[in-house]
Amino acid sequence: MAFASLQEILTYMEEKSVPFWEAILMEDMAERGVSREDSMKKMLDTWQAMLHASDSYEPQRKSASGLTGGQGSLMEQYCQAGQTLCGPFIGQVITEALKTAESNACMKRIVAAPTAGASGVLPAVLLPCYREHGVSDEQIAQAMYTAAGIGQVIAARASVSGAAGGCQAEIGSASAMAAGALVSLKGGSGKQITHAAAMALKNLLGLVCDPVAGLVEVPCVKRNVVGAVNAMSCADLALAGIESRIPPDQVIDAMREVGDRMDSSLRETGKGGLAATPAGQAVQAPGSFHL
Amino acid sequence: MNIFDILGPVMVGPSSSHTAGAVRIGYAARKLLQDKPVSAKIGLHGSFADTGTGHGTDRALVAGLLGMKPDDTRIPDSFQIAARQGLSFSFETVQLKEAHPNTAILTLRGESGRCLEIQAASIGGGRIMIRKLDGIEISFSLEKPTLIVNNEDKPGYVARVAALLSEEQINIASMQLYRNHKTGHAIMVLETDQRVSEAAVSALAGSEGILKAAYFNSEEV
Repeated sequence: MAFASLQEILTYMEEKSVPFWEAILMEDMAERGVSREDSMKKMLDTWQAMLHASDSYEPQRKSASGLTGGQGSLMEQYCQAGQTLCGPFIGQVITEALKTAESNACMKRIVAAPTAGASGVLPAVLLPCYREHGVSDEQIAQAMYTAAGIGQVIAARASVSGAAGGCQAEIGSASAMAAGALVSLKGGSGKQITHAAAMALKNLLGLVCDPVAGLVEVPCVKRNVVGAVNAMSCADLALAGIESRIPPDQVIDAMREVGDRMDSSLRETGKGGLAATPAGQAVQAPGSFHL
Repeated sequence: MNIFDILGPVMVGPSSSHTAGAVRIGYAARKLLQDKPVSAKIGLHGSFADTGTGHGTDRALVAGLLGMKPDDTRIPDSFQIAARQGLSFSFETVQLKEAHPNTAILTLRGESGRCLEIQAASIGGGRIMIRKLDGIEISFSLEKPTLIVNNEDKPGYVARVAALLSEEQINIASMQLYRNHKTGHAIMVLETDQRVSEAAVSALAGSEGILKAAYFNSEEV
């Protein structure tokens, strides 16, 4: 049985004297009836799929609508020139978020985390750590268990679907998962993990899902960047000892309430927000089947 | 949700509902046809019709019909592959009553002449629900090993299927019965805890009064 709250995970960690990620691994073993090795292998395979999505990025590729493509490459070139405001590490985070989110829009293979539309956030923070900080595949997999555990609680208490809860449920959840994963990677405590996740989610509370022409492109691709960068800053906040004033589980509950109150035009219907702007309206979904 | 529903599926983008779910619908339709499809008439309803091309829903459905799974990198090229493999297909917009916004209805013919009409919905996160089979309203998800039996609507068929599963030491997790008065046909949908062997399925399919028997292993896709 999956954890119903982040607090339950912390209590379980204490009872069993295991780190956050291991609590989630044990829960997966129990739920699916698999061995530790099988579960870990599946997580490592998932990580390989994330790595492959980044490595196989094609700068020339465009989405079917023509709205998306090439921005990851532009950002990479800009970073290589060494004049960024954010510095080289955050520059890589931004680049990776764009690359995976664009690959998704261009019908390439990605890992939904927790959704396809938010698939760039988690790899965006993990890949630079892997490449620059000499972190091992196993350590990344452990951080991914942490991320998955946070996402699982959000899915149980609120939602990870834009149609149900708006973009806060997709990019917000992905950002919370990524923030927790980073704290886990840096050896932070269980409490710090949950507070990093809470702060990341709080910062994106209320974000609406307003995709132009109903496609997972505008503004989804660039919102992966904000989710990733937000996760970096919230992980640093938590590691510095800063806490969310609202307890993490209550933040998740608030996200649900905000999602429930959100007008349906702002929940993946392509009818409100940016989708309803004159420029958004001017974009036609390619080759609609309506004749 | 399991953690690999949170970190996963590994899939070809851009949308779990409009792309990955659509591949699964096509794949399930091929499995339920139990034949290599050679022609497919595909109706798209609701959001599938409105945003299907931009999300690759059309190519995803055809990819599934060709036997591809949601992480197959050939999905964007499925139309060309279909042409090479002798699958002809057409798309149209349909308006269905009380259907989920992400619904497709497929009319299929296989190379050995088998036919199937299937209506299915993509309900989020790549998960699907089969809503209609050969005109009979049904509802199942294919998330567990599932045996689908299409038989004449007469006494004794439930007992026969249950006896067969009992012989194979297979536990039935859930069972649903549906019927169509006009055609006199019924459908049984059984979710099982253990796998059903191919031999058992073909023995069932070959027996009197059973029109079709198909088995779907949930781990396949």
